[in-house]
Amino acid sequence: MLPPWGDSPQGEGSTMSFELETAANAEHLRRVAIDPLSRVEGHGKVTLLLDEDDHVAQVRLHIVEFRGFEKFIQGRPYWEVPVMVQRLCGICPVSHHLAAAKAMDMIVGARLTPTAEKVRRLMHYGQILQSHALHFFHLASPDLLFGFDSEVARRNVVGVAAEQPELAKKGVLLRKYGQEVIRVTAGKRVHGTGAIPGGVNKALTVEEREYLQEDIYRVVGWSREAVEIARRLHESNRRLYDGFGTFRSSMLSIVAPDGALDLYDGQLRARDADGRILVDRGDCSRYWELIVEEVKPWSYMKFPFLRSLGPQEGWYKVGPLARVQNCDRIDTPLADAARRAFVDFGAGRPVHSPLAYHWTRMIEMLAAAEQIKDLLHDDDLLGTDLVTQGARAERGVGVIEAPRGTLIHHYRVDEHDQVTRANLIVSTTHNNQAMNEAIRQVARTYLDGRKLTEALLNHIEVAIRAFDPCLSCATHALGQMPLAVELVDGGGATIDRLVKATEATRC
Amino acid sequence: MLSLQPPPGAAPLLVLAIGNPSRGDDALGPLAAQRLVELALPGVEVLTDFQLQVEHALDLLGRIRVVFIDAAASGGAPFELRPLAPAADARHSSHSLSPAAVLEAYRRLTGSEPPPSRLLAIRGHDFELGAPLSSAAAANLDAALAALMPALQVAVAPGHEQPPPA
Repeated sequence: MLPPWGDSPQGEGSTMSFELETAANAEHLRRVAIDPLSRVEGHGKVTLLLDEDDHVAQVRLHIVEFRGFEKFIQGRPYWEVPVMVQRLCGICPVSHHLAAAKAMDMIVGARLTPTAEKVRRLMHYGQILQSHALHFFHLASPDLLFGFDSEVARRNVVGVAAEQPELAKKGVLLRKYGQEVIRVTAGKRVHGTGAIPGGVNKALTVEEREYLQEDIYRVVGWSREAVEIARRLHESNRRLYDGFGTFRSSMLSIVAPDGALDLYDGQLRARDADGRILVDRGDCSRYWELIVEEVKPWSYMKFPFLRSLGPQEGWYKVGPLARVQNCDRIDTPLADAARRAFVDFGAGRPVHSPLAYHWTRMIEMLAAAEQIKDLLHDDDLLGTDLVTQGARAERGVGVIEAPRGTLIHHYRVDEHDQVTRANLIVSTTHNNQAMNEAIRQVARTYLDGRKLTEALLNHIEVAIRAFDPCLSCATHALGQMPLAVELVDGGGATIDRLVKATEATRC
Repeated sequence: MLSLQPPPGAAPLLVLAIGNPSRGDDALGPLAAQRLVELALPGVEVLTDFQLQVEHALDLLGRIRVVFIDAAASGGAPFELRPLAPAADARHSSHSLSPAAVLEAYRRLTGSEPPPSRLLAIRGHDFELGAPLSSAAAANLDAALAALMPALQVAVAPGHEQPPPA
């Protein structure tokens, strides 16, 4: 079987349709656009089509996926790629850096030294820690702590800091710690060059290790507290948390060869909605044999599905909720105890509720903190054997579990060392159908037949935020991101429009 | 590391330049940072990042003055240099925080007022991935940095070399 660009560069598969995906007689319906979603990383838009009685007839999440990558990277020497790809995303540059480095390991035929692999793992766990901390303490917690209907002024970072100063402080400091791990391993706070094809360009010094060791036990302790907060929130309002936007689907992630949680390396595993294993020990370097990307005319973002099940049944979730349930165990004791508590909560059945992403995200943050602690006591971090090479290959695939889910980088490099092809499948693309299903569920439950209010529209955003979508969109210049809500009639005329001007937009 | 105390030896003036060097005129911030680093101004620390996040509030600890530099997709050309006051973001986006929201986060986290801060918003025009800096933006950058220089020198006037006690 050929790689994705071998026969069909635009993806493949038929255009299957799901309930509420496409309305009949759309020209007679009113259209509401939420554009862009607040507190979602990137450019997303939700459109709702309502009939004259405010019944929901169609719901779509449109995401402007990054399209220029191939052009950007083509013709570059392969060793530049792990550095360049960090500029694709200002939120998770380390994930792209490491996925590209892993792909280039294949190109140079490297088998990593223990030092190289452990320094990279340390960097990756630092990224998981800081990303998950930001999401839980500052993006999700306003919704969770204050309620979905709370006023906009409270639903932001500053709102949390005002009402829960200790929580906000721990969130900021956890994030700071993760970033210091990245700085030490990558060499710089941003635009680091730590991972290179075949290894790393630096190990840790004794002083750097001691610097990170100093605070790691507090980081583990705070991460434990965060798991407890997430668990209590879920248990205290179980009806809401279990049901909000809930849909059944398969789940996909990589796991270690022995079935343990592994966010850095492993083999593809998928379970069906009942938890039965559908795919196991899938070869990451031939991911296209398992995963197909479908193109739909209304969305720039592709819809991946498991080849064996087809587009209607084969779509899946990725990210913390999938990973924590896909693995058989976690190799650190506190996180594994937290995982078992979560599994017990599901009473032997997989948990599918989007709001459970928050709980599992914190279990992973705890796992990352414990893994950082263990690595900081491993002398391999101080080693001097940093880079290896072997037989050269033309194709390189790097798969990593980024904070938001499975991230695939795939390159072809010619005999002149230049990249000729590139294909990326980011976590948000894997979750595309899942997020669409979640918001359709929410629209059915909360919006159907009711007059739209900002609080109701926030319910849609709460469902999307649970997946923590992140896009390859590191541009952010002042004035580019006003929040606009439009009400458009069936003829396409704008009836009403609300734009929230910000300090920044007046620059 | 895990405290709200200023790091020892923090330079009294912080320049925090924001932008993605690979996105056309979004590189204005990092390019401004690069020029300032090359000048090695005494008492000035220059940091750069893709975008502002809540933890940048911690970089403000122990400073007597802060300058944010960013590309602006709209507004006055060649640049605007104006004081900043703490304010929550109306857009409440995590895509990035505005400079004013970083100041507000500082206030909420520390319970004290942030150091006096200004925003240097340099007008950009083309933000395409892989595009070079436009010639108009390059000219705007020169003008903006020339205007900023007096403010950077004031920071190291006698009596202002050290940050105030925490």
